[in-house]
Amino acid sequence: MNRLPLIFFGVFLTFAFSWLGLVVYPYFELGRLQPAPDEDTGGYFPPTTTGLATAGQKVFSANGCLYCHSQQVRFAPLSTDIAKGLGLRQTVARDYLRAQPAFLGTMRTGPDLSNIGVRQPDPNWHHRHLYEPRSVTDWSIMPSFRFLYQMREIQGQPSDDAVSGLIGPHASPPGFEVVPSDDAKALVAYLVSLQRNYPLPESPLPPVK
Amino acid sequence: MHVESAIAPNHLTVQERAEIDASTRLPVLVFFGSAVFWLLVGSLLGLVAAWQMTHPALLDQMAWFTFGRLRPAHLNTVAYGWASAAGIGVGLWLMARLCRIPLVHSKLLVSAAIFWNIGVLVGVLGILAGDSQSIEWLEFPGYATPILFIAYAFVGIWAIIMFRYRKPGHVYVSQWYLLAAFLWFPWLYATANILLIWQPIQGSAQGAVNWWFAHNIVGLWFTPIGLASAFYMIPKVIGRPIHSYALSVIGFWSFALFCSWTGMSHLIGGPFPAWMVSVSVATSAMMFIPVVAVAINYHMTMRGNFDALKWSPTLRFTVFGAMAYTVASLEGALMAIPSLNTITHFTDYTIGHAHLGLYAFFTMIMFGAMYYIVPRLTGWEWPSSAAIRWHFWLVATGIVLMIVSLSIGGVLQGLAQYDPQSTFKTSLDYVTPFRWVRGISGFLLLAGQTIFAALFLAMLLKIGRRREGPALFVAPDAVNAPAQ
Repeated sequence: MNRLPLIFFGVFLTFAFSWLGLVVYPYFELGRLQPAPDEDTGGYFPPTTTGLATAGQKVFSANGCLYCHSQQVRFAPLSTDIAKGLGLRQTVARDYLRAQPAFLGTMRTGPDLSNIGVRQPDPNWHHRHLYEPRSVTDWSIMPSFRFLYQMREIQGQPSDDAVSGLIGPHASPPGFEVVPSDDAKALVAYLVSLQRNYPLPESPLPPVK
Repeated sequence: MHVESAIAPNHLTVQERAEIDASTRLPVLVFFGSAVFWLLVGSLLGLVAAWQMTHPALLDQMAWFTFGRLRPAHLNTVAYGWASAAGIGVGLWLMARLCRIPLVHSKLLVSAAIFWNIGVLVGVLGILAGDSQSIEWLEFPGYATPILFIAYAFVGIWAIIMFRYRKPGHVYVSQWYLLAAFLWFPWLYATANILLIWQPIQGSAQGAVNWWFAHNIVGLWFTPIGLASAFYMIPKVIGRPIHSYALSVIGFWSFALFCSWTGMSHLIGGPFPAWMVSVSVATSAMMFIPVVAVAINYHMTMRGNFDALKWSPTLRFTVFGAMAYTVASLEGALMAIPSLNTITHFTDYTIGHAHLGLYAFFTMIMFGAMYYIVPRLTGWEWPSSAAIRWHFWLVATGIVLMIVSLSIGGVLQGLAQYDPQSTFKTSLDYVTPFRWVRGISGFLLLAGQTIFAALFLAMLLKIGRRREGPALFVAPDAVNAPAQ
């Protein structure tokens, strides 16, 4: 092995092999997936999301939620994800068509979020949770995201979008209210939109018992 | 036994060697110096992030220091600021030595080093400011990565030109690995940046490209540089050639063939066609071949010379790293087995594995290489062997403690998450005590590294008494004296 061409082409070819398999193939095959038509309503799965929820992905990304929260439900019997209620069915490639980026995640320091919008559809719950996680779940180790909220004095009527039901040391004192920033609203819209409970041809919902 | 293979550099006269070393001095020292700086910064970021896992209120009102920003800032600082820069420095020096020619136009490489550091600085500040891409190992915002790429282009082109104009004679195993790393990195980095950041591809295909990249930047960028350094330092310090040329060849080509396929083992059960995951699981198992070939080669070279670990700092760090490489790779192969992966996936165990690879293996080998190279660049000797000893034992204890605690905690966490009867809280209760231990281990690492940084600074500023000979832990007996 004393010659540059031999080493050069060797390392080139071995690497090109995996590049074709794990990059070029998904680029063409997975990248071409289309939403599945929903025969009942004429809509599509996965459903389109609102602009606010799409913007929420940026906030999710900026604050690194994925370092603790995965978004993938693995199939049984490889895993017990479905038995543990992370979702009704395995998540498949088509579920992530509209994700930008696809927050698959590699850690579950916190619960999986594939279906958080099914488990917690109430935006106010999410605001309370993000503002002060331990006021909702006392053993939570999630950091507070109070920096996405503003505490301010109530001027006349309380704001419509003020977070209600806050308790704990950071709750608003009388005469004050906590209002979410645009980022907080977008993030919560995104979290509530995470509902992978629609059927797909390659991953149907289990029969209702 | 292929005698030439290890002692080829010795064909140089003392003066030629000094000329080559002098030609690499400035760029290599700039890469090393900035690397050591980022190592301290990155470790501090990691330490705070580690304590946030047990103390969630820590710095929680400062958006810049929320866990989800500190963690990627830590990873990218140590991966690009420390490990890549240290690896480039070691790689360039080794390449010049092994090609037996001085580095020409080295000032351009100094500019490359400065550019590289600007890229890292912009990237880390970008993450902390809220522009993280949240794509693991690739969080630097799109405005930082082109700077890194341009800086790297100089380094890669220089390395290949050096190889092209090498003095005739044997091409040593370290050069194969270095050449491969210098060719693989731009391909990896460009592909991942184009497909994930500049023109993102659709859906879950991003996950495949992400982990193809993330696994390969460790496997095909850091690892070959680390192995190249160990293949050079071990024979050099003990003064005998690498045991087997044939094993080196087998180890290299099987590594090249299998390693680049293994990334999907980070996504077992994920939303991908089954064959993509299966091929990664299979190639992970095949990685036994290169790993065992390299391990046997190192071990047989060291056999009968383990005494040298008592006196040589370079060897002690390098052999620690080489052993950790074997453990890390075999552990990686086991973690890819689906029935085990279902427990360790999504847990702290993965974090332990990452530190085993990037710290216990790569970083320790970089320390070892720096202990060898820096005196040859500055013409000064390490001022204190006691301080080197402290550096070694603090980081060695720290990293073992970190990996063991993360691994045990991770398995318990994974078992709780697997058990359908157990609640999520149980998984946290199990892992929390181990996270405290991990947090403490971070202090040991930071302390050891601070000692190293102080030693490095002393070398640059030529502080301390000028030593007669190299800084060894104990005086070696005459038989084992290193060939200087």
